Amino acid sequence: MEVRVQNIRKEFGRYPALEDVSLDIRSGELIALLGPSGSGKTTLLRLIAGLESPTEGTIFFGNEDASQKSVQQRNIGFVFQHYALFRHMTVLDNISFGLKVRPANRRPPAAEIRRRALDLLELVQLSGLEKRYPAQLSGGQRQRVALARAMAVEPNVLLLDEPFGALDAQVRKELRKWLREIHDRTGHTTVFVTHDQEEALELADRVVVMSKGAIEQVGTPDDIYDHPVSPFVYGFIGQSNCLDVTLAGGEIWFEDRPIGLRAANEPDGPATLYFRPHDIELLDGCGGCLAGLVTASRRVAGTRHLEVSLGGTQPSVEIELPPERASSTDHSRVAFRPTRWKLYREASDVAAASVQAQTSAIELAPTGT
Amino acid sequence: MALDTGSASNTTLPNLVKAATSETRLARATLIAVALGFVGLFLLLPLATVFIEAFRKGADEFLSALGDPETFSAILLTLTVAGIAVPLNLAFGVAAAWAIAKFEFKGKAFLTTLIDLPFSVSPVISGLVFVLLFGANNALGPILQSYGVQILFAVPGLVLATVFVTFPFVARELIPLMQEQGTSDEEAALSLGATGWQTFWHVTLPNIKWGLLYGVLLCNARAMGEFGAVSVVSGHIRGETNTMPLQVEILYNEYNFVAAFAVAALLALLALVTLILKTALELRYSHEIAASRSH
Amino acid sequence: MALRARMRWRLRQPSVVPGFGLALGVTLTWLTLIVLIPISGLLWRSSGLGWGNFMALAFDERTVNALTISFGTAFAAALVNLAFGVILAWVLVRYRFPGKRVIDAMVDLPFALPTAVAGIALTTLYAPNGWIGSLLEPLGIRIAFTPAGIVVALVFVGLPFVVRTVQPVMEEIDKEVEEAAATLGANRLQTITRVLLPGLLPAGLTGFALAFARGVGEYGSVIFIAGNLPYVSEIAPLLIVIRLEEFNYAAATAIATVMLFLSFLMLLVINTIQSWSRRRYSNGA
Repeated sequence: MEVRVQNIRKEFGRYPALEDVSLDIRSGELIALLGPSGSGKTTLLRLIAGLESPTEGTIFFGNEDASQKSVQQRNIGFVFQHYALFRHMTVLDNISFGLKVRPANRRPPAAEIRRRALDLLELVQLSGLEKRYPAQLSGGQRQRVALARAMAVEPNVLLLDEPFGALDAQVRKELRKWLREIHDRTGHTTVFVTHDQEEALELADRVVVMSKGAIEQVGTPDDIYDHPVSPFVYGFIGQSNCLDVTLAGGEIWFEDRPIGLRAANEPDGPATLYFRPHDIELLDGCGGCLAGLVTASRRVAGTRHLEVSLGGTQPSVEIELPPERASSTDHSRVAFRPTRWKLYREASDVAAASVQAQTSAIELAPTGT
Repeated sequence: MALDTGSASNTTLPNLVKAATSETRLARATLIAVALGFVGLFLLLPLATVFIEAFRKGADEFLSALGDPETFSAILLTLTVAGIAVPLNLAFGVAAAWAIAKFEFKGKAFLTTLIDLPFSVSPVISGLVFVLLFGANNALGPILQSYGVQILFAVPGLVLATVFVTFPFVARELIPLMQEQGTSDEEAALSLGATGWQTFWHVTLPNIKWGLLYGVLLCNARAMGEFGAVSVVSGHIRGETNTMPLQVEILYNEYNFVAAFAVAALLALLALVTLILKTALELRYSHEIAASRSH
Repeated sequence: MALRARMRWRLRQPSVVPGFGLALGVTLTWLTLIVLIPISGLLWRSSGLGWGNFMALAFDERTVNALTISFGTAFAAALVNLAFGVILAWVLVRYRFPGKRVIDAMVDLPFALPTAVAGIALTTLYAPNGWIGSLLEPLGIRIAFTPAGIVVALVFVGLPFVVRTVQPVMEEIDKEVEEAAATLGANRLQTITRVLLPGLLPAGLTGFALAFARGVGEYGSVIFIAGNLPYVSEIAPLLIVIRLEEFNYAAATAIATVMLFLSFLMLLVINTIQSWSRRRYSNGA
């Protein structure tokens, strides 16, 4: 089912947890709420569930105003971070619980409940464990039971709070893939909260990046990585370098010299330049480039990471090179230039918010966004 | 119009969400009322009765009842018995907790069960076992008597019965506490060259002092208030082997209600002081008192 | 050599902490003198009675009646305490109201108040001319000097047990569990009866068993209010005292042995409940 969040504001006491958040969740999509702790992602999830009530704003399930409904009436499936399985019930009783507590006129017959629970158990690949108690299961198995329990009520929307947070790395990877498969088979509209960007980018159809109680960007994983709309998103997703630069006559200047990047239509003034460590090209001679001393060099799997001190008061930047290219930079000084980069400016600096360059051509044509 | 609906939903919404994990106002009020009624009926009312009955005929009557020589000797006897029994069980409790909490050895669980044993024995049986052991028709009684040692119907018997019923209190409080604290502090002290006794006095004891006090408090309350066990071994010799609780019984059975309740009020006061100190200890030193609060 | 040393049976694991011998020595000596010898003395005397004699004394009609009354009233009182103890613990853990801290502290009053004091206070309250007794008298209800009076006294004595065993378990209930039940469509009553209360069952049963065990052996608070009518309101501990006063040591020993045996049985039950719930629920989700 389609879920629309409209202008939601939520305060805990005086502390604002969410400020004017709007989000359209399409029917059948798998969407991730991604952000650091305190960004309001779990609050948003709990608001959709009805476990919290908004200070202002409305939530629609389809065309129905769900804000008027209690959590029991919303018919959602919620998977809690620590699973919250009922420990005095067997796996089968846990899964059937949501059907058993329905009022008599909507409750399926006992045999039907049992059949559905067993089917779900098969779906989550735990057949044969129906008589176990939660204490007798591993972490990954508990997670699967929790998911099966949430799906048993045929929810309008499936909500997962840090679903893999309590598992170790190996199990987490397996379950991630498995959750994607389950989603593709069942087609439930699914929202999950995570602070792990890798998880969000790998698993979700769309990612909602949140920070300080607001949505920074909503987009496909590609969008989010390749076209981050704010310095926060650029910094939060993946590796990035940022440098304080100055614009003068359409040229980007770092410290006292131009670095060979152009932002033709931008007015003069200070700005911040962002680029990813792998989006650079090494230069032999330096007629407009970034140059500095290599202070550290580490081999990380298939690439070599170089830490480069650009001098002055600026922090070091990190660049990534293929190992064979890196060997030619054994001498301690390197010159390079970003091939893909983005410029952000404070609203007070200039009116235009940001400038972006995407081509790897030497003549960089900035495209405004 | 828009404002109206906005404010309306603001007032109804929190109620909807609260209903998910809490009870309705009515249910809460009912439950609180039931709980308070239960506590009032079974705890507060009896406690109040003790003081009301004690002062029924005024403070003078109350004081003169306490001034009675037999009552006075009962108070002295209770203090004597508790004064002997509590330190004995304190020493035992520390030794038992040291052995059980600081070492791993075979039969530890069984030993712990044995220490708890007196809790599951009826007070009357606790007294009876000493009557059987030292009674006139047993081997031990006459032998001791021939040496002029009187156990039953005398202070030693009262002390023995009291030690029996208060046996587990200190140990039970200390064992979980010392288990939780482990042995690393002691090992550190020993590695710095301290002797065993120095380690105990300067490292272990400061760590357990509040837990120890807590155990002593409970032990003392029971020692002074014990009725069944001492009743069996005391022989009820007035002015000689009557502790305060036994004196309460005698006065009550003689229909001397004011005097009975006067002594009872003293004991109730002791109970209140115990509860206040206990609560204060729990509030201030909860982390230094064993977690298990049930006994 | 080293292997043999390792294989050797060891009383204790090695440790650098000193004082094991002294501490264990003191503990065992004291335990033997104060607890083991006296209890063994009782069992020894009991075994000296001979089987036929023992059975005759232990299952004498008055004794059986006294035991039935002791266990019956203790069971009833423990049931009352189970119901109200769970409510009291719930209110103390979940709600805020004025005087809560005082009530919480007062729950331990039965541990601190001498039983004789409780006994005469309850008797005064529930006697036909007492505050509560006089209210019930016109309704034809008599509490004091009937088995109902015994139950009242045992409710007082056993009150802290259920509260204090259930309270810590209740405090640790994860709020997520209640929310999970709500998201699955359970209303509040269903959440409480199907999810929360079953989770409290082991603690509640333990508290019930402790209150029951305490009630069976209780003497001081009961004898004043019971009326002590043989076959009607005479409890087993009182019968032991009566037999002792008659210098009928054999009968006293027999009754005490039966009670001791039943107490151990209950101790076993309590331990079984606890280890069962630990096995099934511990490191639970």
